[in-house]
Amino acid sequence: MSAIIQVNGLTKYFKEAKAVDDLSFTVNEGDVYGFLGQNGAGKSTTIRMLLTLIQPTSGDINMFGMDLRTHRHKILQQVGAIIERPDLYRYLSAYENISIFARMSGLKIPKKRLMEQLELVDLANRADSKVKTFSQGMKQRLGIAIALIHDPRLIILDEPTNGLDPQGIADMRNLILDLSRNHKKTVMVSSHLLSEIEIIANRMLIIDRGKKIIEGNVQELFNPAKMIVELQTLNPAKTLETIMSTKWKSFVRSHEHDKIIFEMNKVDIPELNNELVENGVQVLQIQQRYSLEEYFLSLTKAQQYVATFEN
Amino acid sequence: MWQLLKIELFKIFRKPRTFISFGAIAAIILIIQLGLKFDGKSYVELMMGDISDSFEIPYAMVLNGYFVAFVILNAILIHVPLLVALVAGDSIAGEANMGTLRLVMTKPVSRTGLMLVKYFASVIYTVLLLLWMALLALLLSIFFFGTNDTIIPRNDVIEQIQKADTLWRYIAAFAFASVALSTVAALAFLLSVFAENSIGPIVATMSIVIVLTILSELKIPMYDNTVKPYLFTSHMLGWKGFFYSRIGPDHMVIPGSIENLPAILRSLGILLGYIVMFVTTAILVFRKKDILS
Repeated sequence: MSAIIQVNGLTKYFKEAKAVDDLSFTVNEGDVYGFLGQNGAGKSTTIRMLLTLIQPTSGDINMFGMDLRTHRHKILQQVGAIIERPDLYRYLSAYENISIFARMSGLKIPKKRLMEQLELVDLANRADSKVKTFSQGMKQRLGIAIALIHDPRLIILDEPTNGLDPQGIADMRNLILDLSRNHKKTVMVSSHLLSEIEIIANRMLIIDRGKKIIEGNVQELFNPAKMIVELQTLNPAKTLETIMSTKWKSFVRSHEHDKIIFEMNKVDIPELNNELVENGVQVLQIQQRYSLEEYFLSLTKAQQYVATFEN
Repeated sequence: MWQLLKIELFKIFRKPRTFISFGAIAAIILIIQLGLKFDGKSYVELMMGDISDSFEIPYAMVLNGYFVAFVILNAILIHVPLLVALVAGDSIAGEANMGTLRLVMTKPVSRTGLMLVKYFASVIYTVLLLLWMALLALLLSIFFFGTNDTIIPRNDVIEQIQKADTLWRYIAAFAFASVALSTVAALAFLLSVFAENSIGPIVATMSIVIVLTILSELKIPMYDNTVKPYLFTSHMLGWKGFFYSRIGPDHMVIPGSIENLPAILRSLGILLGYIVMFVTTAILVFRKKDILS
């Protein structure tokens, strides 16, 4: 499977602030690649660098085997994108918008094909209506039609479900799956919602404060054998001290008040319990949890936690 | 590039605000023409001032289409920069504000190409605005007032340009004014690169033009050779030079002559230099700009 996007050591500073920090990842052909992070994590900045809207401070971006700096034109001919809101020319009609952007892609697309594209996103009957009369969901659908009009190999969607109602979110999800399964497109989709990514993506990357937290196969990352385990004891300070001096240190993901969160295999729980009891820790409860949001938070907070503790 | 230029022009002329300028020019020209139609004699007397004490001014001859067109150009050409800035100042900043700039830049369009096309589209708009003005100021005035020799008052003398010697001067004046206003468009275009809404560049352009025009007109000798020659506003009214002719030994205007052609050409060169400077700077800034809108 060939790499469609290869990013190495990507870094972006805005004045003194580091928005993206030495980020590396690979998107393979045919992937639906989830790009996860909380608001402000650096997702949009990264996507804008992939689309040449922002210049990286350092690092390399290769797409379709070509360097983005030297082959921008050729690369962008094969990319369709929506970045955050689908802002379009409000004073023009849906047809005029799609026609303009098709021509900007360097293609002479016949009217019939443009109308078919509008049909695909259920806007053919509003082709002559001005975009300013459209709802957010309709604008998003038109944005998708524009992103797809030149039949790109790679589709980059930055938070495509933002501002959509539940039906719009479901439609968007189905569209992404359809593009991947039936049209063999590679899709990179960013979101701050783990549940979204779990449903549509086969691979994913989680970033926090511009740094890569984890990258891999969604099935493996959400492996049910690896559980989120919450430990509550009567003496949290002593518990923490004990854990940090044992092998269990590497399983800790975060620590809040009287709770310590681990990511570990289910079969290791009795051993953890025994060792704590042997060290005089009074265990109140060990609770197994598997919540996607907690998993996500545990990963991002773990970075802060380890850094704080080591300092 | 041609495809992109067509797209830019399409976008400009589908915006209702574009036609505000055309409407404003039509309105003011018609108001001036109506005023001169009904009270032209008083205006001619006022304009001729002391000269009318020395000469018998043939009012009916003076108030013809060419003269009315000259009056109109004198009155409104200085205010047209605002109308030009409305479009040129909006070209990048307006798209940034709408959010369409980021979508445009994800297309395989070069930044330099886009900038050149956007500037050329602003220039085409400027030229069309001037053609509209020419059409109304000249043709409509000729229709209402007929044609005759053009009387141009200059300080304590008047120039009488023969009817057959007039039309080319208007064509040359409009061509010069196109370059002058394209300079303002280039300035608004440059400022547009730094902003994310179009109000800023439009207001900034007008502020700069007003301040520099005041400086250009300031009667302080120390600025005459040090500052004024380098201000583009000092050269923007160079179109008037086409109506100032050389005078023959018989004290009559020499047909086809221009009093100071080198000065006009120098002004033209300076304005073109400013255009190149503004547009080049705009392109260099935009090529490095992070699009965050």
